[in-house]
Amino acid sequence: MIALLLIVVPLLSGLLSFFVKNERTVRSWALFSSIVTLVVSGLGLTLLNKPANLEFEAQWLGNLGSSFAIKLDGMGQLLCLLTAISFPVILAATWNTSYKKVNSFFGLMLLSQAGLMGVFLAMDALLFYFFWELALIPVYFLCSQWGGERRIQVTFKFFIYTFVGSLLMLIGIIYLYQQTPDHSFSIASFYNLKIPQQSQGWIFWLFFIAFAIKMPVFPFHTWQPDTYDQSPTAVTMVLSGIMVKMGLLGVLRWLLPVVPFAAYNWSISVSTLCIIGIIYASLIAMKQDNLKRLIAYSSIAHIGLMCLAIFANNKISLQGVMIQMFNHGINIIGLWILVEIMERQFGTKKMSDLGGLAQKAPAMAIFFVVIAMANIALPLTNAFVGEFMMFNGVFQSTIYDGSYTLLGSIKLTAKSFGVIYTTFAGLGIILAAVYTLNMIRKVFYGNSNELTNAATDISTNEKLVLSIIVVAIFMVGVFPNPMFELTNNIVDTIIEKTNVAPFLQQH
Amino acid sequence: MNNSLQLAWLIPFFPLLGFLINGLGRKSLSKSLIGIIGSGSVLASFIVSVWVFLQVKGGNTFDAVYFDFISVANLNIPFAFKLDQLSSIFLLIITGVGFLIHVYSTSYMHEEKPEHFGRYFAYLNLFVFSMLLLVMGANFVIMFIGWEGVGLCSYLLIGFWFKNTEYNKAASKAFIMNRIGDLAFLIAIFWLLLKAGSVSYNEIFTTATLDKLNGTDKIAITLLLFIGATGKSAQIPLYTWLPDAMAGPTPVSALIHAATMVTAGIYMIARSNMLYSMAPLTLNIIAVIGLATALLAATIALKQNDIKKVLAYSTVSQLGYMFLALGTGSYVAAVFHVMTHAFFKALLFLGSGSVIHAMGGEQDIRKMGGLNKYMKTTHLTFLIGCLAIAGIPGLSGFFSKDEILAGAFAKSPILYGIGLFTALLTAFYMFRLYATTFRGSFRGTHEQEHHLHESPAAITIPLIILAILSVIGGYVGVPEFIMHGAHTLKDFLAPVFAESNKILEPHELSHSTEWLLTGISTVLIVITVAYAWSRFSKKADTAEAEGFGKVLQNKWYVDELYDKIIVQPLNGLAGFLNSVIETKVVDGIVNGVGRLVSYSGRQLRWLQSGQVGAYVLLMVISMLLFFVFQFFIRK
Amino acid sequence: MPINYYIFLSIALFAIGIVGVLTRRNAIIIFMCIELMLNAVNLMLVAFSKMHHLAKAGTVATAGTDGQLFVFFIMVVAAAEVSVGLAIIVMMYRNIHSVDVNFLNRLKH
Repeated sequence: MIALLLIVVPLLSGLLSFFVKNERTVRSWALFSSIVTLVVSGLGLTLLNKPANLEFEAQWLGNLGSSFAIKLDGMGQLLCLLTAISFPVILAATWNTSYKKVNSFFGLMLLSQAGLMGVFLAMDALLFYFFWELALIPVYFLCSQWGGERRIQVTFKFFIYTFVGSLLMLIGIIYLYQQTPDHSFSIASFYNLKIPQQSQGWIFWLFFIAFAIKMPVFPFHTWQPDTYDQSPTAVTMVLSGIMVKMGLLGVLRWLLPVVPFAAYNWSISVSTLCIIGIIYASLIAMKQDNLKRLIAYSSIAHIGLMCLAIFANNKISLQGVMIQMFNHGINIIGLWILVEIMERQFGTKKMSDLGGLAQKAPAMAIFFVVIAMANIALPLTNAFVGEFMMFNGVFQSTIYDGSYTLLGSIKLTAKSFGVIYTTFAGLGIILAAVYTLNMIRKVFYGNSNELTNAATDISTNEKLVLSIIVVAIFMVGVFPNPMFELTNNIVDTIIEKTNVAPFLQQH
Repeated sequence: MNNSLQLAWLIPFFPLLGFLINGLGRKSLSKSLIGIIGSGSVLASFIVSVWVFLQVKGGNTFDAVYFDFISVANLNIPFAFKLDQLSSIFLLIITGVGFLIHVYSTSYMHEEKPEHFGRYFAYLNLFVFSMLLLVMGANFVIMFIGWEGVGLCSYLLIGFWFKNTEYNKAASKAFIMNRIGDLAFLIAIFWLLLKAGSVSYNEIFTTATLDKLNGTDKIAITLLLFIGATGKSAQIPLYTWLPDAMAGPTPVSALIHAATMVTAGIYMIARSNMLYSMAPLTLNIIAVIGLATALLAATIALKQNDIKKVLAYSTVSQLGYMFLALGTGSYVAAVFHVMTHAFFKALLFLGSGSVIHAMGGEQDIRKMGGLNKYMKTTHLTFLIGCLAIAGIPGLSGFFSKDEILAGAFAKSPILYGIGLFTALLTAFYMFRLYATTFRGSFRGTHEQEHHLHESPAAITIPLIILAILSVIGGYVGVPEFIMHGAHTLKDFLAPVFAESNKILEPHELSHSTEWLLTGISTVLIVITVAYAWSRFSKKADTAEAEGFGKVLQNKWYVDELYDKIIVQPLNGLAGFLNSVIETKVVDGIVNGVGRLVSYSGRQLRWLQSGQVGAYVLLMVISMLLFFVFQFFIRK
Repeated sequence: MPINYYIFLSIALFAIGIVGVLTRRNAIIIFMCIELMLNAVNLMLVAFSKMHHLAKAGTVATAGTDGQLFVFFIMVVAAAEVSVGLAIIVMMYRNIHSVDVNFLNRLKH
């Protein structure tokens, strides 16, 4: 019931929003609906946390072998909680931003929330695909209607890019469906598939490209900075805070357990891509003058680390990914809120136009510094726990061990590749400090200029919203254990399903 | 579990509380209240620390476990504090010196606006909190939390006057260089987790656990930890941030960049002494790096004209000394020097702050001179500090420095020789600084001269207390050859280093050798001090440096070198990636695919000529082809 | 008469029709050529229908009738087409004073 409500509440209230004409009413209605969703999600975590409440199954395309099966497992709980927290925060933080056709805007926002919830909950491949697209389509309209001046071109690229990925995934899903003995799309049938090792490779890539575009992982990332830059900031928050988690969840739930051998065989390649991506994106972030683009590239680097940790595939790294999915969402939404406030006040997102804000708007500066520090994983903030676990997991991963032949002739026996990988990925945290401190310096320190002289500090309700984020940052940073307990079982399941070691020894 | 030391959480708690109150109430609280809260919280910690120290001295060492910080699979990191001899000494130094500096700050920073005054104390309290976490943590992760925490506070305090872009750049530089070290520290932690399976000192530093590590592991872990230490403790190659860090307010330089934070690296290695003792190669590297840093920084200090820069390079040099002590296995000497250095270097920095205050912000010693006539207390305490750091017998610096040099001699006479030379350089540049500042005649403007005055009591009282400590601080470590059984510090710390001493088996020098060494160094130092004093009292070193002096004044051009070989290439690479690879290659391919599709579309469009005849022709040809295919080719 | 003759005649008619459609530009002639092709097909259908009927005359009474049925359908369609097509041609002539199909390349845009 909880699971169903998580989808139905935003869906219905979103549809209703289209018919509300009054601006204040529709804003309040959307905020109210998102708070209801948060309450539902909270109940699912606490009072009503019983298996019967967390699962739901209904007839849906029965003759195709697909059913409307949704379930809140640990990962679902975590991501739904993230979504449920994010939306009220986003809506409250952008309360003062004016939009044309405000009812459609909020309606689409809520629809995308419903789609996201569905993606995190779906336990049926076709349903998963359905929600995957459902989440994408409102965002397409949101970007192309309310975006910046280059919105049409950018949104077109974003849509086509992700849609190509989705279609590849659809091919993969249909292929796997054909292979199931009972012709079913259910996740259990997919998990029970024994696909021959040879044919796992291309299935892996069909899915992985879809997820890699969504996350995004280098070199599939070029839609992202443009889209983040051109979307209205509220939508950017949804995109970067929550939507990228669709890709990560996809890999964790729909890829690794289904084709474990391919995941194992390709782990070195994917990990190398991730590491290149981390360093590459960090270096590019250093050169950005546009705040939104800077944060976008920083996000690519962080996501690269998460993807790396996923493929390291041990309990510590996966737990790190789980908690980091939550943390990354919270932190980056916090950053966007502040960027949104600046953009609204000064009409620019260029760092070179800003400066000296710390003396004019100290509260904004404090919040920004705290959240930025969380973003670069300073201890006692949430991201430290995640990054510590992920690096640790990558470091001790044995998945890179083995013999390799380079260029056909050079034989290489890899042991303790984890050290090298960790070191290179770790360069990312140094570079992250470089660009983050540069950003803080250029925006907040130094003397104020003509534009920032008239700056006013953030308002009380913005302070309130940001305080929620800061509290979440430190809560998770100091007491991360409840989060780990939440995702403990699901991580065990993933590890069990992806354990290829016994099969490898037979050969 | 009923150990009363469980209450040790109070020690970091007070500064944290102070941070929250001052941070949140900085606009509403009055300056005096902020000062009282800021200093009072550290005083409260100091009182608890004294109590802890007495408990530890009474033989009660304890690991206070509070809650599970991270607990996943076999990874178990408790939030726990370790209270033993080593940490209790550091607690006393941090909270004691910290309290004095807080008191000093109430006067020194009094001209700031209330909210900045509150911000300052909030940062300072946060720093003390982080530093206490670093020292008290019972495992490497808690230490790392404090480790990065102090880095953050250092960043915030260096850039305290955030309107100045140069200061902010110095702050960023400090943070980034520290992060390089932090990465190495992190990797060392992972390595320990992988091989030793734990991060808790109690579990790692046992023979059983350490035997699980092979030679490579030990060397790698110790080296990585040491790289971490070079970042925080400003050693080659990561030392260049510390002199720039002088951009922060002077009390901050005294507290963070002289007395406490920069000694974190020494604490870390002293804490892991057992591991280091098992990796002799690393110890040698540490000794060499430490000595090289000491020498390099001392040569640079010879030609600096900014009073704080001289002290900064002196700090780098003294830290090098401490690493020399660690590298030669004289852990006690290192800790001893940390303590005495905290006293006299804090004293010197605070004294220089008093001078700068009186000079209205002027820091160039060429524009000072003859200040002894105007500032009696500052002058006297500063002189004591200089004598102590130079190593004049009877003052604290003498004992600790002598012990380090003796340890170096036991290892190798070459180390001793260079160490002694560095000590002479130290004496020289300190008395150049002293004589140029306080002796001779005043060289500043009339306005400045008119303004000269002794600082208020809140500034002079900490100076006096630190001066007393700089004098008597050495008597906890009177060497064996002077008086038997008087090295109380060594006896107190003995349990911490017991295992290391078993492994290293340091060979004791004979008493006659030690007398000889001490005699030589004392005579040479006294001569150097006298020479520098007389030379710079008569004629201050105000000429522009030339030749080799210019190289020294420009710090051997190390900053420029780093800029050329690291910063610029990295920036260039980033620019290249941003403007060429990202737009032309990666995005180019993506857009290329799109363009290919629309190009093909454009080409195919010519088939749609709109001529009915052409369509029909196409249709007929296609049908013909179809028939041909169907009937003749497909079989 | 052997079926071959019918087939050749019908192919010849059809080919004339095709060539006419392809080469002529006058809409009315094209139209006539289309009719010619349709009639070629009709002829074919009738011929085959007759052939079938003769082959199975003893056993199946209705053999081959469907072919003739088709012919009627085609004739009806052709008649409908003529009415619509001629109307279009007339409209075209009114608008551009020509029945040359090469003027009709608006589909391109």
